[in-house]
Amino acid sequence: MNDIAASDAPPAAASLPLPPIGKVIAVTSGKGGVGKTFVSANLAAALAKRGHRVLVLDADLGLANLDVVLNLYPKITLHDVFTGKSSLDDAILQAPGGFSVLLAGSGLVEYSRLTPEVRGEFLRVISGLVPRYDVVLLDTGAGISDVVLFAVSLASEVLMVATPEPTSLTDAYATIKVLVGQQKRQQIRLIVNQTTRTGSGQAITRQLQQVLDRFVVEGLGRPFTLAHLGDIPAAPEVRQAVMRRQLLMQAAPACNAAMAIVEIARALEISVIPKTGQG
Amino acid sequence: MTSQPPAIPVDLHALRLDDARALLAHDAQDGDRQTGESALDYLQRLIDGLCELSLRDPLTGLGNRRHFHGVLGRSIEAVARTGDSVLLLLLDIDRFKSINDTHGHLAGDQVLRTIAACLTRCVRPVDTVARYGGEEFAIILPHCRPAFGQVVAERIRETIAALPIAVAPMLTLQVTVSIGGAFAPEWVRSTADLWIERADQQLYRAKTDGRNRIYLDQPRESAVSAEEKGLLFSQLDLEHPPQSAASDRANA
Repeated sequence: MNDIAASDAPPAAASLPLPPIGKVIAVTSGKGGVGKTFVSANLAAALAKRGHRVLVLDADLGLANLDVVLNLYPKITLHDVFTGKSSLDDAILQAPGGFSVLLAGSGLVEYSRLTPEVRGEFLRVISGLVPRYDVVLLDTGAGISDVVLFAVSLASEVLMVATPEPTSLTDAYATIKVLVGQQKRQQIRLIVNQTTRTGSGQAITRQLQQVLDRFVVEGLGRPFTLAHLGDIPAAPEVRQAVMRRQLLMQAAPACNAAMAIVEIARALEISVIPKTGQG
Repeated sequence: MTSQPPAIPVDLHALRLDDARALLAHDAQDGDRQTGESALDYLQRLIDGLCELSLRDPLTGLGNRRHFHGVLGRSIEAVARTGDSVLLLLLDIDRFKSINDTHGHLAGDQVLRTIAACLTRCVRPVDTVARYGGEEFAIILPHCRPAFGQVVAERIRETIAALPIAVAPMLTLQVTVSIGGAFAPEWVRSTADLWIERADQQLYRAKTDGRNRIYLDQPRESAVSAEEKGLLFSQLDLEHPPQSAASDRANA
């Protein structure tokens, strides 16, 4: 009925079993333009380099930017999988950074209305991907639309990307609030992008946690932790890579920002990603 | 940038331009070639004139449905990328059919023209007013905060209700409008159909609830109170040092 359904109920994750802990990781943000897709793609490259089989799924159904970031224009997309025109295998692409991607395609615009069919298709795709990869990163949209909340609900871990700007932090806070309330998240990990001084991500995380404690956690009866996963410093190399539509991990792997992303990948490896036999 | 494109030979006599000229003349635009005007400039002017015509409603001078859909599509792209708050209003003149039936279609046309002019005066230059259908108008308001939406819709409704519409020397009519509106979902690339559908549902509510009223489909907002916002930034020093100093520090 609505492009954002009016119901406040968390979108039900239907009857399929939830993916194992740590396998499906949502990358989201309170507002757009904070580098969500940049983080997803480069984090995927960093994880791939460390030996993980990684797939990035453009879960930002209406707003496929991953294609722009990666300079990929596939003929077959998630849209064709949803409509039954193509198989999942045909739609999976190899990205330059050694990981796989599944792009939404502009045809998915119509799915910005989250019908039960779309949810079902989404679940079917995710459960098809989970056995094949060590990590599935969901590059979601920003904010708290139903599509975003649904995509995030499929993930066992949430990485929230924010910049140190007040609007970005306010929107991140608002989104965290919804995720804690609706999805009963006990932990969300914060990545602060484009920081200009060391330690600012830590300070921001502490501050957000304090306000969350007071306005959200207090009435909750259960703990919630906002964990600081890492900072990505503002660096001229980032802009250059983005403008050239290259992965930072390939264009400037030695710059501060790239090294910060490797650190984040390592932190994820320790705390989130399940150990696989093949290491 | 300085190189001239190759000249295209244009034989104006070989082109059938009479219809285009007539259309423009009908619209009080000069469709004739001016003295000294090059053939290309002349054709460009004809084409520009026709393009403009194709987007305008001839009766009211407002944008037509084609123009409306173009602006709506661009708004959807902008909202998806910027998160701007954009409001779509659909307005329908109440009991318009009875005006036509009682006073004739010329009176009806005059009502449409007067309301069109009034709507344009009620909104900002940045807003788009279009004739959407017979007695239905659409307005797209970019940079329109949710709290402002109700205010502007109310202003439009009141202004029109108070507007005397002279349709004949001795005959002045009063009409009212019903208004339905919907905000574009921020940060989401919706579709024109879904957006219009939401506004239309609200218009339908306004009609069935007795007309001359406004219903807006409110965007879902996450409630972050002023107190929370204040606390978020109370201890944070977000002032960025100059870029060079920052990267020096980061490199250190």
